Amino acid sequence: MFGGKLLIVDDEAPFVDTVSKRLIKRQVNVIIAYSGQEALNKLKSEPDVVLVILDVKMPGMDGIETLKHIKSQYPLIEVIMLTGHANVETAVEGIKYGAFDYLMKPCDIDVLLAKCEEAMTKDLKTL
Amino acid sequence: MIHLDLSKYNELKDMDIGYYKSFTRKMVIFTVLFSFIPLLVVSTLSHHYFNTAYKEKVVAHINELAFKHKQNIDNFLNEQLMNIRTLAHSHDSSKLSSETFLRQVLSVFKESHSSVFVDLGVIDKTGGLVAYTGAFKLMSANYSETDWFNKAKEREFFISDVFLGLEGQPNFIITVKKDEIFLMATVDFKAFSSIVEDIRIGETGFAFILNRQGNLQTLSRYNVVPSRMVYRELISKASLNDNVAIFSNFKYLGKKYVYTMIPLKGGEWVLVLQQEVQDAFSKLYTARYIGIAVFVFAVVGIIIIALVVARKITKYLAEVGAAKEKMHERVRETNKLASLGELAAGIAHEINNPVAIMVEEAGWIGDLLSEEEFQETENLTEFKRALAQIKQQGARCKDITLKLLSFARRTDPRMVNVQMNAIVEETVKLTRQSFKFRRVEIKANMQPELPTVSASATEVQQVLLNLINNAVDSIDVSKDDGLVEIITKNDNDHITITVCDNGQGIPNANLDKIFEPFFTTKPVGKGTGLGLSICYGIIKKMGGDITVKSEIGQGTCFVITLPQSD
Ligand SMILES: [Mg+2]
Repeated sequence: MFGGKLLIVDDEAPFVDTVSKRLIKRQVNVIIAYSGQEALNKLKSEPDVVLVILDVKMPGMDGIETLKHIKSQYPLIEVIMLTGHANVETAVEGIKYGAFDYLMKPCDIDVLLAKCEEAMTKDLKTL
Repeated sequence: MIHLDLSKYNELKDMDIGYYKSFTRKMVIFTVLFSFIPLLVVSTLSHHYFNTAYKEKVVAHINELAFKHKQNIDNFLNEQLMNIRTLAHSHDSSKLSSETFLRQVLSVFKESHSSVFVDLGVIDKTGGLVAYTGAFKLMSANYSETDWFNKAKEREFFISDVFLGLEGQPNFIITVKKDEIFLMATVDFKAFSSIVEDIRIGETGFAFILNRQGNLQTLSRYNVVPSRMVYRELISKASLNDNVAIFSNFKYLGKKYVYTMIPLKGGEWVLVLQQEVQDAFSKLYTARYIGIAVFVFAVVGIIIIALVVARKITKYLAEVGAAKEKMHERVRETNKLASLGELAAGIAHEINNPVAIMVEEAGWIGDLLSEEEFQETENLTEFKRALAQIKQQGARCKDITLKLLSFARRTDPRMVNVQMNAIVEETVKLTRQSFKFRRVEIKANMQPELPTVSASATEVQQVLLNLINNAVDSIDVSKDDGLVEIITKNDNDHITITVCDNGQGIPNANLDKIFEPFFTTKPVGKGTGLGLSICYGIIKKMGGDITVKSEIGQGTCFVITLPQSD
């Protein structure tokens, strides 16, 4: 759908699995990670990731921490924060650290896709 | 109205029961000791003084009695002695030595002195019996070797100890010296003894006479007379000058006796009065028993009163404690409610994640159903409807958590001194903005120069927003004259904020439950039922109170009371 891979990071495995299947069905090139650390590893091995959907609350390295790493190592990768934890502060904090926007679970797949596209378009605009 | 239920204050924890039990015990011991000690001191002192005084009185009485008996006996002896002396002095020796004369005299004596004299005789200075008349046949007797004669010949007159006479009869003799002869009369022992034997003191007291050697000079009707050893001991103890000697607590055969001794016959004899101590001091013993009974009664009384009072006080304290505990419980509960806002964020996370998975799985089924092979399925519409429903309900869950979270969001729970009028004004402005399309007037009626209260401004604002939202919601949309009024007032040491509406009112049955978590009258999906319980928690946390009054068709008033800041 857009020229690159989408990485979904969430510690909730069934969520990641199903969303990735649905996105693949919508012609999105998706890879997955179940933790912040795994996400960073994936980014290292998969250079063509352009967008990350990142869960805020995860055990070990949390969303904000992961975001900081991603943004410092790959400033061009867009990140959309996804949270079941509806704390706006954390999501807003994410934006402060360079996330594109945040979404709250449960989230309609079309809304998610729209947000992704928005992020990609923004990227194009700035370019 | 909210009532604290204080009626069940009998439910105490085990730990508390233990505490109250030990408290009761301590109080009983304390009370008993502090009443018992002065009682004991007073009782002991009064017992001691009474004892001393009474003993003195009894001793004085015995003394007097002893003197009386001594005089009696002395009189008897003197009388007999006087008779013999008169006889000796009114006749010359030769006449006295005439047996015929003696016989006449003895018969006169017998008539006038009730047979006190058994015989009369005359002895020469060598001890030989010169003349004799009387019961015994003694004509050839010689008394020169007898103890009494040896004593008698030294003196003008003499009364002998009781001795077994030459005939083996107990008797004593009175002698009077006349020139070269001695006039002698034997005193009927029984007549003399009966004077002493007849003495009675109390119920157990009697008398007898001892000589210096501790020998009985009278008979005793009782077997309680101790052995001679005891008498010797008694006599040796007494300094028998002219005084009465009294020994009490003298133990013999397991009983205690009081002995009173008074010298007779110039100290040669001793009149002994013997009485059981129990009898002599019977009134003292009675008084002592009464005293002990009173003392025991008082002690029992003190213990009973201490127990009753301690229990009553403990019960009262336990009740107060239980009521306090109940209140603390209530406070803890409200604190729990207050932190519900904070919990909300965590709950939201825990709910939204599984809901998100469910929604995604449903979405995935939806995706698969859109594939061609399923297009012919009979129930496709039903499947799609069900999936849409799952998605919709998921969104509803999210909404609820969002609403819940709106309370926790961006509130600053720190307590500062706030000017309530400013908060009310701001809140009213905010709500007017959001309800501008409703025909509801939102009015603020504020008392100027209101004292500050210690509160969290954002939390108070949340409470007001919530109350005003509820108020507006309660007013029928079709009504043109909807009114929500916010009144602030200073009331002694606290201020009140009243939020009144002229809406449909709350049924009485719901009034009690209105602050309970998850209680709502709004249609399913419209309210979480948490708003008022969180308001309640916030206000309680600030040390205030929130109550509600409502009348169906008239409207509802919520009254918030907050203490003024110091
Ligand atoms: Mg998570």
